[in-house]
Amino acid sequence: MSATPAHAGLVLEGVSVRLDGAPLFKIDCHIPPGQILTIMGESGSGKSSLLDFVAGFLRPVFEATGRVILNGEDLTHVPAPERHIGLMFQSPLLFPHMSVLQNLLFAIPPAIKSRSERRQLALQALDDVGLAGFSDRDPATLSGGQQTRVALMRTLLAEPKALLLDEPFSSLDQNRRADVRDLVFRLARKNHLPVLLVTHDAEDGAAASGMTHYLNKEQGGGCSTFKQPRVVSGDQ
Amino acid sequence: MPQSTGRPDIPTVLIVTLLTGPVLAGLMGTILPAFGYLPVLGYHSISPEPLVALLRTPGLMASVALSFGTGLIASILSLAIVLIFTAGWSGTRTFERLTRFLSPLLSVPHAAAAIGLAFLIAPSGFLVRLVSPWATGFERPPDVLILNDPMGITMTLGLVAKEVPFLFLMTLAALNRPHIRDYYKAGASLGYGRMSTFFKLVLPQVYPLIRLPMLAVIAYATSVVDVAQILGPTTPAPLAPRLVAWMNDPDLTKRLMASAGALLQLLVSALALLVYLVLERLVSAWQAARFASGHRRRRDGFARLAGLLPMVLIVALMTASIGLLGIWTVAKSWWFPAALPQRWSFERMLDAFGVGGHALFATLAIAVLAAGIATALTLWLLEARSYRKLSARSRVNTIVFLPLLMPQISFLFGLQMLFLLGGLSGTFEAVLLAHLIFVFPYAYLALSDPWHRLDPRYAKAAASVGASRMRIFWQIQLPLLLRPVLVTFAVAAAVSVGQYLPTLMIGAGRIVTVTTESVALASGGNRQVAALYALLQLVIPLAGFILAALVPSLAFRNRAAMRLER
Ligand SMILES: Nc1ncnc2c1ncn2[C@@H]1O[C@H](COP(=O)(O)OP(=O)(O)OP(=O)(O)O)[C@@H](O)[C@H]1O
Ligand SMILES: [Mg+2]
Repeated sequence: MSATPAHAGLVLEGVSVRLDGAPLFKIDCHIPPGQILTIMGESGSGKSSLLDFVAGFLRPVFEATGRVILNGEDLTHVPAPERHIGLMFQSPLLFPHMSVLQNLLFAIPPAIKSRSERRQLALQALDDVGLAGFSDRDPATLSGGQQTRVALMRTLLAEPKALLLDEPFSSLDQNRRADVRDLVFRLARKNHLPVLLVTHDAEDGAAASGMTHYLNKEQGGGCSTFKQPRVVSGDQ
Repeated sequence: MPQSTGRPDIPTVLIVTLLTGPVLAGLMGTILPAFGYLPVLGYHSISPEPLVALLRTPGLMASVALSFGTGLIASILSLAIVLIFTAGWSGTRTFERLTRFLSPLLSVPHAAAAIGLAFLIAPSGFLVRLVSPWATGFERPPDVLILNDPMGITMTLGLVAKEVPFLFLMTLAALNRPHIRDYYKAGASLGYGRMSTFFKLVLPQVYPLIRLPMLAVIAYATSVVDVAQILGPTTPAPLAPRLVAWMNDPDLTKRLMASAGALLQLLVSALALLVYLVLERLVSAWQAARFASGHRRRRDGFARLAGLLPMVLIVALMTASIGLLGIWTVAKSWWFPAALPQRWSFERMLDAFGVGGHALFATLAIAVLAAGIATALTLWLLEARSYRKLSARSRVNTIVFLPLLMPQISFLFGLQMLFLLGGLSGTFEAVLLAHLIFVFPYAYLALSDPWHRLDPRYAKAAASVGASRMRIFWQIQLPLLLRPVLVTFAVAAAVSVGQYLPTLMIGAGRIVTVTTESVALASGGNRQVAALYALLQLVIPLAGFILAALVPSLAFRNRAAMRLER
C-alpha cells in the first residue's frame, strides 16, 4: 500500500449526522490498522447510521458533515462499491441462491483470473474457519455460527481495507459468541484492518480490548472521551 | 388447537370448483365441436373435418406466427424493460417519481390504452399533426400503414405499453420484503455495481414471485383479441381475432372451425410458454456460471441510462394517449392537420353520457360484484388455510392461476356453448361468473403476499387473551390488512372492467359494457364517441384506487404504525 504509516487506518474527521435538522451524534476518531473501535449507545442513537455513512449508504433523510479518510484517501464522496470497506450485519446474509463455495467465489476480486486459483482461495478460507467440506452445502442448512463464519470469510476474501461490524454476534448464543468473536478479531488483526464494531453487549467491547466510544447527542465525540467498558444493565 | 386433517376445507374446495369447473367444462365444450360434435346445431358425428377446414384456411400460418411472435416478443421486451430499469434505479428518487406515474397506469384497461395509442400514432394522429403541415407538408393524413401494420409492430408496442406497468408493480411487490436493502449493501460493500448487485443477488431471490405473472402475460399476449383488433394487422389478422370473427359468422360450419382454431390457439400459447421456460433456464444457467468470476461491473452509468429511456418513453406514451382521449371527448371538430380541435363542445359528451349510461352501469355492477366476491373468497381461503397451518405454496396456487395461464379463448368458446345449452347465455349471472374466473386469480395474487407477511404473533396475542377465531379475523387481521384488502378490491374491479372477450362471448350482445362498446366503436369513424367510451373505462378503476388510498388514511389517521403498512 502506498499510504505512509502516519496515514494508515480509518479516520472519521468531524463526522456529524443529523435527522430533520436535529443532530444525532458527532464523532472524531482515528482507528489504526489492526485496532478495534467499539461503538455503543442506546437504541436509536445512530450507530447503524454511522456505519451507513462510513460505508456510503446513508439514506437521503439524513444529512451528514465531516470526512471519512481511509489510509490517507478521502472516501467521503466515493461511491460505495469503490470504497473497499467490508460489512457484516446482524444476520449473516449469505446469498440463499448460491452454495457456500459460490458465496465465497463471488467475493474474490476478478483480478485473480485462474479458476483453480479462485477455488483454492475459497477452499482455503473455509478451512481456515474450520468448515472444510462444507463447500457444496446450501447456506440455509448451516447453523448460525457456521453461517457467520462463512459471512466473515466472504467479507475478507473481497480484500477490504477496513471492516464495519453491526452487531454481528447478536444472533449467536453465549458460547458460540465468544468463539466467533475471537475469530473475527484475530483475523482483523492479522489482516491489519481498522475495525468499527457496533454492539449492545459490553462483553464484546471488553473482548475487543480496544477503545470504546459511546454515541450520544450531548457529548461531542472526540475519541478522547473514551470510557472503560462497563456492564450496561439491561437498558433496551 | 387447529388440527390439520386430510379433509380439505370448504373454501379450498369451493374455489377449486369455481375455477377448474368452468375451465375444464369450457375446454370440453371446445374440444368436442373441434372434432365435429355439436348436437345443438345438428352435428352428431366425430370427424376431422373442422380441423381440415382450419388447416386449409388461407393465411393460417401467418396468423399463428403473428400471435406467437408479437405475444412472446412483447412479453419478453416488457420484462426486460422493467428489470433493467429496476436494476439501475431502484432506491433512487427518479425511481420513486416514475413509480408514482406507473401505478395508476396499471388501472388503464387494455382496450382504452390501445385506443389512446391509436389516436396518438395513427397517420392522422396527434404526433403527425404536431409536425404537419409545416415540417412534413402533409395537408391530408399520409397514406402509410402505421396502425395495423402487417408485421404487428404497433400491436407489440401497445402490448408492451400495457404490460410494463403490470410487471413493474409485480416486481415492486416482490422487492418489498425484509433484508432486500441489506443485500444491496452487501453487494456494494463487496464492490459490485448497482446493476450487477440487482441481477446477481436480488433478482434470483425475487424472481419466483414475478414468474407466474410473467407466464400469465405470455398466455394473454399470445391470444389477445381487443388490442389486436384495434392495433393489429388485418391481412391476415393474428389468430385470436380471426377465431372470434368465425365464431360470429352466420355460416355455422365456421363455428366448428373456430373451435378447432381455439385448440390451435391453446397449442400456440403453450408453445410460447415452453419457449420462455427454456430461455429462462438458459439465462439462469448462464448467470449462475458467472457468479464465480468475480467481475464487478462498476461502470454501469451507460446501461443505467439505457434502462431509463424506454421506461420514460412508455410513461410518456401512455400519459399522452390518455390525455388525447380526454381532448377527443370534448372536440366538436378537429380536422387534419390541426394540432388542437378547432371547436370544442361539452354537449356531445353529456349526450354520449346519456347514451353510455346504461353500459357504464352494467360495467360498474359487474365490477363491484365480481371484485367484492373475489376479495371475500380470497380472504376466506387465506384465513382458512393459515388457521389450519396449510402451506402457502402448494397445488392450490397453481390451480388458482390456471385460468390466467391458458388463452381465454380456448375455453370461453366451450363455455359459451354450455351457457347456451343451459339457457344462461346473455344473462348477468353468467357474465359475472365468467368475470369471476379471471378476477379471482388477480385478487389472490394481490392479497396473498400481504396476508402471509402479517406477523402471526398478532393473532397469537389475541388468541392468548381469549379471542375467538371470528373475533381475531374481524377485529385483528382484517383491520390490520385494511389497506391491502382495499387495494385488492380496486385491482379486482380494474381487471373486471378490462375483460373484453368474456363479456363479448358470454354476454352474447345482450350484456354490454363500456369495454365491449369502445372496442366496437374503435374501428368506426366516430372518434369522439370511441374516446368517450375509452375514457369511461378509466373511471371505475380510478375511483377504486382513490378510495383504496383514502379510506385507510382516514380510518387510521391517529395510528402512526398503520401508515407504514403498505
Ligand atoms: N428511514 C428513516 N427515516 C427516518 N428516520 C430514520 C430512518 N431510519 C432510521 N431513522 C432514525 O434514525 C435514528 C438512528 O437510527 P439507527 O438505525 O442508526 O440507530 P441504532 O443506533 O443503530 O439503533 P439500534 O441499536 O436499535 O440498531 C433513529 O432515531 C431512527 O428512528
Ligand atoms: Mg442499528
